[in-house]
Amino acid sequence: MANIENLLTIKNLHTSFRIKDTYYDAVENISINLNKNEILAIVGESGCGKSTLATSIVGLHDPINTKITGEILYKDLNLAAISESKFNDVRGNDIGMIFQDPLSALNPLVRIGEQISESLVYHTKFTKEQRKERVIELLNQVGIPNPERVVRQFPHQLSGGMRQRVMIAIAIACKPAIIVADEPTTALDVTIQAQILDLLKELQAETKSGIILITHDLGVVAEIADRVAVMYAGQVIEEAPVEELFNNPKHPYTRSLLNSIPQMNSENEKLQVIQGLVPSLKNLPREGCRFSSRVPWLDANTHEVNPVLHEVSPGHFVRCTCWKHFDFESAEGGN
Amino acid sequence: MSFMQIKDLCVHYPIRGGFFNTVVDQVYAVDGVNMEFEKGKTYGLVGESGSGKSTTGKAIIGLEKITSGSIIYEGKDVTNQRRERTSAYNRDIQMIFQDANSSLNPRKRVKDIIAEPIRNFLKLSDQEENKRINELLAIVGMPEDAKYKYPHEFSGGQKQRIGIARAVACNPKLIIADEPVSALDLSVQAQVLNFMKDIQEEFGLSYLFISHDLGVVKHMCDHISIMYKGRFVETGRREDIYQDPQHIYTQRLLSAIPNIEPATRIERNKERQGVEARYQAEQHKYYDENGKVYALEKISDTHLVAVNINEKGGK
Ligand SMILES: Nc1ncnc2c1ncn2[C@@H]1O[C@H](COP(=O)(O)OP(=O)(O)OP(=O)(O)O)[C@@H](O)[C@H]1O
Ligand SMILES: Nc1ncnc2c1ncn2[C@@H]1O[C@H](COP(=O)(O)OP(=O)(O)OP(=O)(O)O)[C@@H](O)[C@H]1O
Ligand SMILES: [Mg+2]
Ligand SMILES: [Mg+2]
Repeated sequence: MANIENLLTIKNLHTSFRIKDTYYDAVENISINLNKNEILAIVGESGCGKSTLATSIVGLHDPINTKITGEILYKDLNLAAISESKFNDVRGNDIGMIFQDPLSALNPLVRIGEQISESLVYHTKFTKEQRKERVIELLNQVGIPNPERVVRQFPHQLSGGMRQRVMIAIAIACKPAIIVADEPTTALDVTIQAQILDLLKELQAETKSGIILITHDLGVVAEIADRVAVMYAGQVIEEAPVEELFNNPKHPYTRSLLNSIPQMNSENEKLQVIQGLVPSLKNLPREGCRFSSRVPWLDANTHEVNPVLHEVSPGHFVRCTCWKHFDFESAEGGN
Repeated sequence: MSFMQIKDLCVHYPIRGGFFNTVVDQVYAVDGVNMEFEKGKTYGLVGESGSGKSTTGKAIIGLEKITSGSIIYEGKDVTNQRRERTSAYNRDIQMIFQDANSSLNPRKRVKDIIAEPIRNFLKLSDQEENKRINELLAIVGMPEDAKYKYPHEFSGGQKQRIGIARAVACNPKLIIADEPVSALDLSVQAQVLNFMKDIQEEFGLSYLFISHDLGVVKHMCDHISIMYKGRFVETGRREDIYQDPQHIYTQRLLSAIPNIEPATRIERNKERQGVEARYQAEQHKYYDENGKVYALEKISDTHLVAVNINEKGGK
C-alpha cells in the first residue's frame, strides 16, 4: 500500500440542534479521519445524522440553532472553531460540497454559467475568457449535453438529474483537496450514475483529493469507496475497509442493511430486515446501546452499558457487544 | 391465460406553438406498446427517465388519454370505459403512485382515504366499513389508531403503506405500482416489498411494477419489459432479460447496476466501458435513421427484441 497521508481529522464531534430550549445531538461524539486519495463512505438510514455531519465539516449549519463542539482539523485549522470569513477561503478552494438537494442549493435567479464561474472568480486568477472555457469544460466533464446552451439557462429549466450534475461541476471547479458529496447520484438513473462515479474517480486520480461520500445506496459504496462508516442514531456503529464491511459485517444494523438489498438475495426469497425506524431527534435514546430497541429479543446483558467502538480486526471497528449474540433466526421469532 | 391485454397502445402529446397556436409537433410518450397480464404475476417496466413508463401506467388506469390502441379486460374492450367511476374495471385495476405525499389528500383522515374506493364500489354499513378498514390497516402492518390521523403524521414508508391499503381495499386484480419504493430507505423498502409479495400470495394479485432499480425489479418481477423513447426494446421472462440480454440498451442498463461485491469492481468497470463503446458504435443496428426503436421480433416463445431484421445474425 502507498503511504497514507492524513487530510482531515475529526475528534469527538458533537453537533446539536435546538428544539424549543433544549439542544439535541444529531451527531454524537464522532471521531473519524479522512486520508488523501481516499473515498470514505458514510451510510445509514434517513435521519441518522449523515447530512448533519457533512454540513458540520463544511461549516454550513445555521449558527443560531446549532451548537458544535469537538475538533475538525484540516492543515493547521480547527474548522469547528474558525470565523466565517476564514471559512469562506477554505470552502470552495480547499473543500467542495455537493448537496443532497440541488434545487435548494442553486440560486434560482442566476444563470447556470454564472453560478459555476462564481467560485472561479473568488478562488482563481482566471481571465473572463479562461473562466468561460473552464465552465464549458466542467459541464462536458459531468456529461451535460449542449453546455453552450445550458450556461445561459436557469435552474428550473433543467431536469433533476441535470441540476445535480451542475452542483457537481460547481463543487469540483477549483479542484478542492476535500470533496464532501451528500447523496450525489440519488436522483440519477443508473447509466448517468455510473458516469458520475467514474468522473469522481478520475478527478481523484488527478488531484489526489479525499472524498467523503454520503449515500444510502450500498451498491454505490461497493463500487467506489475505500472505507465505510455506518451511522445509526448519530453515532458511528461500525467502520471498516470496504471489502471487510461487505464480506464480514458485524453489527446487527449493518447486517440488516445488507440483507435489505434485493439484488443480493436470490429471487423470490424474503428480504430479511429488522423492523422499525430511526427514532426522531427528540426521541433518540441517549444511553446504552442505541440499537437495543430494534432488537428487543436480545437479552439486556448482551449490550454494553456504555457501548464503545472495539477493533475486531485491523481497521474494523464495531460498537457494543450485542453483535456477538445476534442472528436473524431469532429476529423472526422476536417479531 | 391472460385476463387483460393491451394492444398497440399509443399516447401522443401535441406540442402547440406558432402564431395560431397550432400543433407543431408531437411527443410520442408511448408509441405502440403491447402487454398482457396473467393472474398472480408481476410485470416489470424499466427504462430511462422520460421513456414513458408512468404515462403507460396512467393510460391503463384511465388518467391519461389514449391516442390509439385498445385495452381488453376479461374479453371485453374497455378502452373507452376506463373512466366510468363505478365500472368493474375501475374497481379491479388500482394504482400506487410514485409520490405518496401528493397522492394522499392532506385534509382527509387516513380512514376516509382508505374508505374512498370502498364507498365507491361496495355497499357496506358503517360498521362493516369500519371493520374492513381495520382489516386493511392490519394487512399493511399499521395500528388501528392510525385511521384518525392525517397523512403528514406519518413517515414516507408509512404513507406508502396507506397508499397500498387504499389500492387493495376492494380486492383488485391488478395493481399498477409506479416506483412504489424509490423514495424509501433500504430497510423500509424491504418491508414494503415483502408486504407486496405477501398480499400477492394471499389474494392472487398481479402487479405492473414500474421502477428504475434493476435490483428491485429482479427481486420482484416474473416478466420484464425495457422501455426506451415510448417503445419496448426488449421484453421477456426475468431469466431472458438478466441472463441473456439482447438489445444494446438492455445490456447498457444492466452493466451500469452497482454491485455489492467490491472485489469485482475493476473487472465490471472494464466490462461497462466495453458495452458503452459498443453502444456508441452499433447504434444503427438498434435504432432506425430517426433514432426510433425497431419493431419487436420473437427470438423465443417468451423473449422478444427490437432489432433491425436486416442486421440480424450480427449480434
Ligand atoms: N436544522 C435542524 N433543526 C432541528 N433538527 C434537525 C435539523 N436538521 C436536521 N435535524 C434532525 O437531525 C437528525 C439528523 O438529520 P440529518 O439530515 O443529518 O439526517 P440524514 O442522515 O442526512 O438523513 P437523510 O438520509 O434523510 O438525508 C434528524 O432527526 C433531523 O430531523
Ligand atoms: N402532459 C404532458 N405534455 C407533454 N409531454 C408530456 C406530458 N406528460 C409527460 N410528457 C412527456 O412524455 C414523456 C414520458 O413521460 P413519463 O412521465 O411517462 O416518463 P417516465 O418513464 O415515467 O419517466 P421517470 O422515470 O422520470 O418517471 C416524457 O418525455 C415527458 O416529458
Ligand atoms: Mg441527508
Ligand atoms: Mg415516472
